[in-house]
Amino acid sequence: MRGSLRVVRSGALTTVQDAGRRGVAHLGVPRAGALDRPAMELANRLVGNEPGAAVLETTLDGVGFVLDTDRRVAVTGAPAPVTIAARPVAFGLAVLARAGELVEVGRADAGVRSYVAVGGGLDVAVVLGSRSTDVLAGIGPEPLRAGASLPLGDVVGRVPAVDFVPYSPPAAALHLRCVLGPRADELTAASLELLASASWTVSPDSNRIGLRLQGPRLERARRRELASEGVVDGSIQVPPDGQPVLFLADHPTTGGYPVVAVVPEPDIWRCAQARPGTTVQFHPEAARSLAG
Amino acid sequence: MRLLSPGPGSRAEKIAPTVWLVVNVRPAGTRALLAELASLGDVQALYDEARRRQQAGLLSAGVEVVPAARTVLFDHLDDAAAFAAELRTWAPGPSAPRAGTRVELPVVYDGPDLGAVAELWGIRPDEVGDAHASLDHEVAFIGFSPGFAYLTGLPDAWRVPRLDRPRPAVPAGSVGLADEFTGIYPRRSPGGWLLIGRCAVAMWDPERVPPSLLAPGDAVRFVAVRR
Repeated sequence: MRGSLRVVRSGALTTVQDAGRRGVAHLGVPRAGALDRPAMELANRLVGNEPGAAVLETTLDGVGFVLDTDRRVAVTGAPAPVTIAARPVAFGLAVLARAGELVEVGRADAGVRSYVAVGGGLDVAVVLGSRSTDVLAGIGPEPLRAGASLPLGDVVGRVPAVDFVPYSPPAAALHLRCVLGPRADELTAASLELLASASWTVSPDSNRIGLRLQGPRLERARRRELASEGVVDGSIQVPPDGQPVLFLADHPTTGGYPVVAVVPEPDIWRCAQARPGTTVQFHPEAARSLAG
Repeated sequence: MRLLSPGPGSRAEKIAPTVWLVVNVRPAGTRALLAELASLGDVQALYDEARRRQQAGLLSAGVEVVPAARTVLFDHLDDAAAFAAELRTWAPGPSAPRAGTRVELPVVYDGPDLGAVAELWGIRPDEVGDAHASLDHEVAFIGFSPGFAYLTGLPDAWRVPRLDRPRPAVPAGSVGLADEFTGIYPRRSPGGWLLIGRCAVAMWDPERVPPSLLAPGDAVRFVAVRR
């Protein structure tokens, strides 16, 4: 039976996310998708969905909803108290929510974004190959509002691949590997050294577009305008104020400020759980030579 | 690093640029690289060749190819170093006309920066619209926001600077100029381009397939209309 999810409490910012959009960056469309992809995939596996099925991504204070049909539900990512019909249930486990019971994901104990998978996935309209909300581009479903209703997909009936996965909460300090380039040569030698030795803190105005970092100022080696160029996920961009921005899923597809290093994929997902005030330290390494 | 395609006979034909020059290849993380080119024409030639190769199955369709002003970004590569080496062996295909469509866009030329542009161009403000509409434009790339097309076609002497202080909000449909480009704001957003008019045609409509009215390679003519 087709079901639906009715939003009771939207939380600060709860969006529908899947693996995001590919192959449309040349149209100016960001990737979007779950910021903590492993957490999204785990939530889906717990309820027997395909790993890239659409889930809810919450921001700090959870979400509350009611299903109109019995479905398995799992919450992963930022650990938070979960209740179904006011009974506490386990975080990181698949549990059955019956039709009409209030599912409540509370405020995250650590981290920022919890992921809520429902058996069958969220079957909102696919836009450019994805069901994800893109807050920069305004593509995909609107962020959740109380009273809104989201259609559920059909349960595929696969046996869950995993029942339980131990979860390690986000660390107080975020150590991120990064590969120098494409515009590391835009920084002074002293600033390149700073990138490897100093630390920054995550600013409160960070969002799905990027982690804004506060700390030592990175200085340009020369004052010149760069033409706009394509930027990738995990890019560390240095705007004129010298405070780096680490681009996350909803980042613009091109930018005119230099990208001095890029954080690789396994490390980007951990940025999803970095609260304001988290210390960030980069561990730059030279890129593999592309010379012929 | 240079990439000069041997292209026998191509030197004799002086009509179309069938040789491009990759000035430099820069790493962008572990799975992407940025090919720097000498000109926008070279960017377009390399972008077209990448698309041709994707359609022919010679380049994985999963590779994201993003052209910009002087660069082409290749993302989601399995092996960036191997791809950098392969890029050096690419020779342009036959100099076919670009695959883009022809689009006519009606514009009311009444923007707040007509006076500034007129002064830079050495003409009267009421002549800017006809001058701009007389040019053949082409979509070089899409960036900044979904559906925001960077159109070339301005002669070198008509390049204009950006505003020193960007406007906090530029209305959707505004037609602006910056450097060598014309752009039409798909949605209300901050912006530093000099505004010369407005166009009522939606540049971006998520309900439309494809949602972006314009794509790289499209030929555009502006038609001056009264309000």
